[in-house]
Amino acid sequence: MKSSALLIAPLVIPQLTAVAGMIGLALRPTSRRVQRVVATIGALLLMGAALLLFAEVRQNGIVAAQMGSWPAPFGITLVADLFSAIMVVVSGLIGLAVHLYTLASMNVEREVFGYYPLYFILLMGVNGAFLTGDLFNLYVWFEVMLMSSFVLMALGRNRGQAAGAIKYVTLNLIASAIFLSGLGLLYGLVGTLNMADLSVKFAQVSADPSVSKLISAVASMFLIAFGIKAAVFPLFFWLPDSYFAPHPAVSAIFAGLLTKVGVYALIRVFTLVFPLNSGRFQELLLWIAGLTMLIGVLGAVGQNEVRRILSFHIISQIGYMIMGLALYTPLALAGSVFYIFHHVVVKTNLFLIAGVMERSTGSGDLTCIGGLYRKMPVLAVLFLIPALSLAGTPPLSGFFAKLSLIQAGSAVGQYLLVSVALFVSLLTLYSMSKIWTLGFWRPAPTEEEITTARRGRVIVPVTGQQRWGRWYLPIALLALVTVCIGFGAGELFPIAVEAGQGLFDPSGYIEAVLRSAS
Amino acid sequence: MEIILAVVIGVLYASGVYLMLRRSLVKLLLGLSLLSHGTNLLIFTAAKLARGGPPIIPSNAETLPAAAADPMPQALILTSIVIGLGVTAFSLALAARVYKVTGTDDLDRLNQGEE
Repeated sequence: MKSSALLIAPLVIPQLTAVAGMIGLALRPTSRRVQRVVATIGALLLMGAALLLFAEVRQNGIVAAQMGSWPAPFGITLVADLFSAIMVVVSGLIGLAVHLYTLASMNVEREVFGYYPLYFILLMGVNGAFLTGDLFNLYVWFEVMLMSSFVLMALGRNRGQAAGAIKYVTLNLIASAIFLSGLGLLYGLVGTLNMADLSVKFAQVSADPSVSKLISAVASMFLIAFGIKAAVFPLFFWLPDSYFAPHPAVSAIFAGLLTKVGVYALIRVFTLVFPLNSGRFQELLLWIAGLTMLIGVLGAVGQNEVRRILSFHIISQIGYMIMGLALYTPLALAGSVFYIFHHVVVKTNLFLIAGVMERSTGSGDLTCIGGLYRKMPVLAVLFLIPALSLAGTPPLSGFFAKLSLIQAGSAVGQYLLVSVALFVSLLTLYSMSKIWTLGFWRPAPTEEEITTARRGRVIVPVTGQQRWGRWYLPIALLALVTVCIGFGAGELFPIAVEAGQGLFDPSGYIEAVLRSAS
Repeated sequence: MEIILAVVIGVLYASGVYLMLRRSLVKLLLGLSLLSHGTNLLIFTAAKLARGGPPIIPSNAETLPAAAADPMPQALILTSIVIGLGVTAFSLALAARVYKVTGTDDLDRLNQGEE
């Protein structure tokens, strides 16, 4: 009973927070204070609930519960294995950090338009996707998440935002339609959508050769649908345009969490429902991983806007996570899990920093900004930590994440992919040093240079004196987490290994779900 | 019956994709909703059609009769119709907003304006 309450808490807390926020809006439509208090309490509680769930899973193994007491596979299954629990913790952490950033940076118009309730519905959708044990519910949680992300993205008035939102909405709706078609065909084939049950029944169905082609078709539909959401090659083109436009806090939570939900779904489906070792998808995924890494990082080289550079790096980093899945060994999957955790923390932090850079200089274009090291030395140091971690410099978190993937790759003889991974991390370092040199290190450009660089674009100047300390708080928090992951890798990596083993051999997961019926 | 539905689904998908490839924002949204209708019918068809077999267990039996329709896909479709309604409503509002902000519903020009 207690463990099922822990499973529901990461869903109920954000929902109640959102409802409380909306009631607050109805009663006091112009007050941002009520919104802020409610949301802060919600974010703290959510983080606490995520940690409790993680502790429970760590101690007692996989937690599963059937909502409404219908036995599996008929009921609505919620299940948390170690991988899910880690993902819930990371979403709680990012939820809290971005919320703190929002408190410092959000304008009152957005706040009284319902920003906070939307934000918590988004978190609820993300957590739901991590915790569900049923493919159709995964679809529903995806939609919950998408609907709120659509509105969050479209809140605001600039032109680029409108065009970015259209692309984002369209691509995601196409992905949902493909996902749903795959679901329909899968149900027609097997007659269940519970992931654990699917895993069992597939073993019986796939013996029939006439069915196996249809299974490949269904699996590729899932690959395309989740691939669009995770922004893998060649389905990534929507991402840089859409993540570039919205408010920095919004693009930080999108950059950190949303594509990772796609990666989570890919990993879950291709380890549990269509295990990679029994099909032709492994080779395809290896290619996808390599090309995603390479094309993403090459895309970043040509960009000058900070957030566009970072967006292309999301794509390239997704390649590493897919690499772990594609190698399909326990160590590689552990590397993937570790990589996701590290990446979410670091990438969110970089987007938060990009927000400060844009706000303090009025532009995110590297040709227009410079001299930030002199102006904001604290920010410069805080930038270096996630930037070096992203590139994989020891002793920060990215080093251990990349090391484990490269070890796993060499162990199975995928030397080409390993060298691509190493080359890409070199180019990542190049991109980060570009932001560092142009944004922070060189002297601030003169008025004249800025005018030439602008080419007639309007740049909103900074209004009033900002209290940067409040902006730095979440950035410093995430930087601290990055350093801790780096130095605590000895303690943390075994957890990832355990999660990777759970993914590689899902019998424990299946048993926990189907047993929890009683 | 399956064949007719399969053709209908194919036509819905094809016209949905065709509409989405047009430059007009409104046609894009119409295409998306055709695609989701096609998907709903696909779920319906893929889960085997049964005519006149209500999924009710007779009073003298323990299990469903073999010819009964499966109620599960219909529940799935119902859910996805509701979600589709919300999504369509939102995307129409977004389109209206985009038209107001940018003054165009031409997707090519929308992209150029961004540069």
